[in-house]
Amino acid sequence: MGSIISVQNVSVKYDSGFAVKDVSFDVCEGDYFCIVGENGSGKSTLMNTVLGLIRPSGGRVAYNGLKQNQIGFIPQQTAVQKDFPTSVREVILSGCTNRRGVLPFHANKDRQRVRDNIKRLDIEPLARKSYCDLSGGQQQRVLLARALCSADKILLLDEPAGGLDPVMANELYGLLGELNNSGAAIVMISHDMASAVKYAGKILHMQTSPLFYGKKKDYLASPVYKKIVGGAADA
Amino acid sequence: MLDMVNEMLSMPFVVRALIVGVLVALCAALLGVSLVLKRYSMIGDGLSHVGFGTLAIALAFNVAPLQVSIPLVLLAAFLLLRLSENSKIKGDAAIALISSSALAVGVIIVAKAKGMPADLFNYMFGSILAMKTGDLYLSVAVSAVVLTLYVLFYNKIYAVTFDEKFAKATGTKTGLYNMLIALLTALVIVVGMRMMGAMLISSLIIFPALTSMRVFKSFKGVVICSAGLSAVCFIIGLVVSYAWDTPAGASIVVVNLAAFLVFFAVGFVNKALRHLCC
Repeated sequence: MGSIISVQNVSVKYDSGFAVKDVSFDVCEGDYFCIVGENGSGKSTLMNTVLGLIRPSGGRVAYNGLKQNQIGFIPQQTAVQKDFPTSVREVILSGCTNRRGVLPFHANKDRQRVRDNIKRLDIEPLARKSYCDLSGGQQQRVLLARALCSADKILLLDEPAGGLDPVMANELYGLLGELNNSGAAIVMISHDMASAVKYAGKILHMQTSPLFYGKKKDYLASPVYKKIVGGAADA
Repeated sequence: MLDMVNEMLSMPFVVRALIVGVLVALCAALLGVSLVLKRYSMIGDGLSHVGFGTLAIALAFNVAPLQVSIPLVLLAAFLLLRLSENSKIKGDAAIALISSSALAVGVIIVAKAKGMPADLFNYMFGSILAMKTGDLYLSVAVSAVVLTLYVLFYNKIYAVTFDEKFAKATGTKTGLYNMLIALLTALVIVVGMRMMGAMLISSLIIFPALTSMRVFKSFKGVVICSAGLSAVCFIIGLVVSYAWDTPAGASIVVVNLAAFLVFFAVGFVNKALRHLCC
């Protein structure tokens, strides 16, 4: 499996010091890759750098045969979106905007793509509703449909289960698992160690610099993981 | 009533004000939806204050106001956008500083240059007599540009307004579209400022969007309602100002306020009914 995103010795430095220091990893086709770590360990900064939202102060991020507009992304929700007047269809259709390039309007095949993804994620009853009237789990599904409209080769997700109850979170992980089985690479930041370990194929454990990077099997045997599990058992 | 409207339309300066005003109101409302939703309302306010300062400079040096205002306000739009994007230096506070400074400088220049308080008053609170034939052509041209660009880039503007991070990460040039919104806003403010007044023009940007959001729950619905509502409020405001001999700019703002209260009530009733049904 070829690498589609290659991150080489990336560092991000702010005034207060390094947020991300010397991180390297590869995302290959069909990977299920989880980035774990404590709050403030540089996970989101790292993902933003991979997406090109932040310029790294050292190292480089290379897309191999992957264009910026072939990336699906689910950011953390912002305060602006909470009371934003918009229909579910408008949100999902905006996932198609990037593939139009300089062309101003959506084409019929974009609208078909929206219908397909609405069906795929089983959100037909929501399609006519207003986005801000939905529950957190429903909103996450809508954003997933939007991400799939923009690309289905690779999905990057920043804490997709944040704020969801365990049932909705499991549903979401199930969906992501299905998408992964059908060939999409998944890169996910997760707080939820149990599910990260359950679903991921590869794991990066961040604490500004990587504490661990490799296969899940090796992670489960690593001192980093044992310390966390042990700590959880003590608590 | 009909007689009065006929009487109004027989006066060229009223017709000019009507055309310029409806076009400006339409454009301001369209841009306002994005500005309000992106929490950039302060930019509109800041730009109008800077606009006042530039009018004062033009008055002092006795040059055509728009030739000074347009480039300076465009420049200010560029700077204000940069400020509000850079949260480190407290964007909103920085905008407030710039706008009150521009206002203060403007007041001093006007007071020293000609010592005509009437000009000062007109600049601050607007005058429909300010619209000359040249302004008419200019405002039609500016409005045509704003409307065309808005329609062409509607989908991109939506993407940037709803979720800038997603748009940027998936390959949309968000910086470009933010700048487009800010620059178009600057143009609309400069054109509308002398009629509505520097202190009141930002209401044309903020009110229609806020009003429409009470009732409409889709972006397209809000955009279309804002544009229509804004034009209607302008016309009613102008008629009210003529009928009761009140200042035009202020009357238009008050009509917008009334529309907001009506929509607020409708939204409230809608919500209550939905709760009852479910």
